[in-house]
Amino acid sequence: MRQLTHLERLEAESIHIFREVVAEAENPVMLYSVGKDSSVMLHLARKAFYPSPPPFPMLHVASGWDFKALLDHRDKTVAEYNLELIVAQNEDAEEQGVNPFDTGSALYSQAQLTDPLKKALTKHGFDAAFGGGRRDEEKARAKERVFSFRTASHRWDPKNQRPELWNLYNAKKNKDESIRVFPISNWTELDIWQYIALEKIDIVPLYMSSPRPTVERDGLILVVDDDRFRLEDGEEPVERSVRFRTLGCYPLTGATESDATDMSTIIQEMLLATGSERQGRAIDKGQSASMEDKKQEGYF
Amino acid sequence: MTDHSPTQDSSFQTEALIAEDIDAYLDQHQHKSLLRFITCGSVDDGKSTLIGRLLFDSKMIFEDQLAALHSDSQKHGTQGEEIDFALLVDGLAAEREQGITIDVAYRFFTTEKRKFIVADTPGHEQYTRNMVTGASTADLAVILVDARKGILEQTKRHSFLVHLLGIKHLVLAVNKMDLVDYDQATFDAIVADYTSFADEIGIERFTAIPISGFKGDNITAAPSGAASPNTPWYNGPALIDHLETVEIANFAAQARSFRMPVQWVNRPNLDFRGFAGLITDGAIKPGDPVRVVPAGKTSTVKSIATFDGDLDEAVAGQSVTLTLADEVDCSRGDVIALAEDPPEASDQFETTIVWMSDEALKPGRAYWLKLGSQMVSATVAEPKYEICVNTFEHLAAKTLELNGIGVAELRTDKPIVFEAYAKSRQLGGFILIDKFTNATVGAGLIHFSLRRAQNVHWQPTTITRDDHAALKNQKPLLLWFTGLSGSGKSTIANAVEQRLNLMNRHTFLLDGDNVRHGLNKDLGFTETDRIENIRRVGEVAKLMTDAGLIVLTAFISPFRVERQLVRDMIPDGEFVEVFVDTPLEVAEQRDVKGLYKKARSGELKNFTGIDSPYEEPENAEIRVNTVEMTVEQAADHIIAQIMPLK
Repeated sequence: MRQLTHLERLEAESIHIFREVVAEAENPVMLYSVGKDSSVMLHLARKAFYPSPPPFPMLHVASGWDFKALLDHRDKTVAEYNLELIVAQNEDAEEQGVNPFDTGSALYSQAQLTDPLKKALTKHGFDAAFGGGRRDEEKARAKERVFSFRTASHRWDPKNQRPELWNLYNAKKNKDESIRVFPISNWTELDIWQYIALEKIDIVPLYMSSPRPTVERDGLILVVDDDRFRLEDGEEPVERSVRFRTLGCYPLTGATESDATDMSTIIQEMLLATGSERQGRAIDKGQSASMEDKKQEGYF
Repeated sequence: MTDHSPTQDSSFQTEALIAEDIDAYLDQHQHKSLLRFITCGSVDDGKSTLIGRLLFDSKMIFEDQLAALHSDSQKHGTQGEEIDFALLVDGLAAEREQGITIDVAYRFFTTEKRKFIVADTPGHEQYTRNMVTGASTADLAVILVDARKGILEQTKRHSFLVHLLGIKHLVLAVNKMDLVDYDQATFDAIVADYTSFADEIGIERFTAIPISGFKGDNITAAPSGAASPNTPWYNGPALIDHLETVEIANFAAQARSFRMPVQWVNRPNLDFRGFAGLITDGAIKPGDPVRVVPAGKTSTVKSIATFDGDLDEAVAGQSVTLTLADEVDCSRGDVIALAEDPPEASDQFETTIVWMSDEALKPGRAYWLKLGSQMVSATVAEPKYEICVNTFEHLAAKTLELNGIGVAELRTDKPIVFEAYAKSRQLGGFILIDKFTNATVGAGLIHFSLRRAQNVHWQPTTITRDDHAALKNQKPLLLWFTGLSGSGKSTIANAVEQRLNLMNRHTFLLDGDNVRHGLNKDLGFTETDRIENIRRVGEVAKLMTDAGLIVLTAFISPFRVERQLVRDMIPDGEFVEVFVDTPLEVAEQRDVKGLYKKARSGELKNFTGIDSPYEEPENAEIRVNTVEMTVEQAADHIIAQIMPLK
């Protein structure tokens, strides 16, 4: 008799979910954002199907304003584990005049993230997409099922969710419907970090502190990741020791000042922090139901 | 009255450990176990407040969330100037405006000893569905009661539901003790009231705790272990302390015989064939003898393959991949089990069904049934009764509406591997899926199989049914003659057998009257007995076709569903339904055995065609009309159909 730890139980549950989808869906895909949650998901997927490789491709929605280190990490990981990668991107952003400096956050995320994602899912005919959503992230997520159904236009209907009992998931879908599956629904931010530390999962170096060129704007510390960053009059990049708790488009993602360069101190900082991880994201600001609205429109 | 919050102390201690020795903290956290529980209560019992308090006390709320909470409290709050913890957990915008939770939400918090997943479910009547969903994965239930109101109808309903779903640990949290001046007599009266109710519905044990979610009394114990100074008369554990020490259901599951439903067959190359699944019960080691059910083949475990290397042992709750020593047939839906104690397989069950759809249950209609990794077609009979969730009375019912709970027989189109729900949640709980909308419309619990041969496992034999048939140089068949009493079934079947015999075919005729002299002499003519009569004949006929024989049976067999039952037992193409079509008035006129006369006079009850229906076959393979044909013509016609000239 052995008392399983909570991480062992969470891992077993996630692996079970991966396998159910692969057994029942026709054409699954994994949304791979290259962030820490995606890295844990990929690790779990590799465990679920070992010694086979994960039997589905990775889909990365690139906004065009991704951190360079993130793209490097993506390409390295894909090559190392021999994964199939699909990159979805809004090719017409420049023509449409969409960019993170002039475009409002709602329109920006719609044009650069939500629309390319929906387009890619439709184009490749994926009927199930794994996503790294966690229920502890936000109130709207707390009520989302592990198997979440989307209409042909990828909308979420929170009032019409299927009950999920025991560990039985109903993957039967109607024509044109697709499923978003969240294998790490029951993990918390602490679990994610602890698991990364325990399993020695390779993550993007941006999560570790390092001297980086930064500017401070609207209360956020932004990293000047390349020369497309539009400096305002009198703004001079300053070198600060910073790291990220969450990764989005670099001109929209706030860094935190830190000296943490290893897992233990990162977790220590996270536990002693007074703000939630989404605080660094411009997208969640505005009214507090905003995540729910975005989800209904098809945001992951 | 002072605001008592001992919880701050322990949270400060944790914080100190994090700051001073993060590695020690991580080591501690890494070894925590996981407890899942559900909170149930009425709209006003303070459930969301309690959960908000647990999250707050365990530091799961960040400042930015707290700031949003402050502004929300001003806008929608019900606690005046105080922080309304309830707003922290009421997720969806629509719900926030109504001030009630209307779905299942999952929350997380952690203490020094355990991590917790809380299913937060609403209390009002129309949402039985959500409570059952939340309870299905919980180890423990916290039933909240408002100290001012005592045990309400809803309290009883929630207790009944969590008990139905097999939750072994119940906590009766008598909340809002601050509003009754922490009065012991009030608490004792509520506990006494609940005890008599618990006895009534079979709840064996529960733990009662006087708390205030709002003020924080008895949520966590003081470092000394003492209860809140406001309730000096209370000697039991504080809520968190109880949650930290109660036994987790997974622990009990490990003590049972090994079972693993196969989810997926892993075949990366010709050298590796692994069976992937989540172990639901027991433990397994390389070398352990296992049986693949329902087929029944045995083998031994060769290895427990994982990404982290082969394991020496795996236990219930782990997801693994097993390789076996022998090449045995095994695919998704099969269960790998301890060889000497495998689970049963059956296709007829007594079940409790919870209906979860706006569209009522349609008895007799085919739904998908998912149990473990098995997906089969299933039909539910008219409920034996519906259970009123308020009075627990058994009510007559023809169907189940949304949130209705009833006991009904269920039949699947092929045998499934199962355990009684009381023994195993994972192999005894199932969902029903509408075949047209694909929605999950019901959940069910298996109580027992309606089949008798429950623990007999199929013994694979070396000489197969094909070998038997090949030796006789014929294709086995079951000619199932059905029709009214006096229609001529036995006479025609007899004539057909004579012809087959002349053709050197190996045959056997099972006649209704003859079988009732021996094999079925214990059966009468009630509906149940008539169904059993046909079932036994079907099984005997099946064995005879396995032996390679052409079997002829002559039974009235008035019900389509029974004939279908036999058809399903026999391999495709070997069941031939022969409808001996004789109008009632002709059969009654013949009345060879004088039975119609007796039935008309009331001497014989349940006589087919008189006071019991005959359901004509809809798609019989062969139909003979005995008004237009002689016995010889009918027999020739049947032979021509089954033995076409080459």
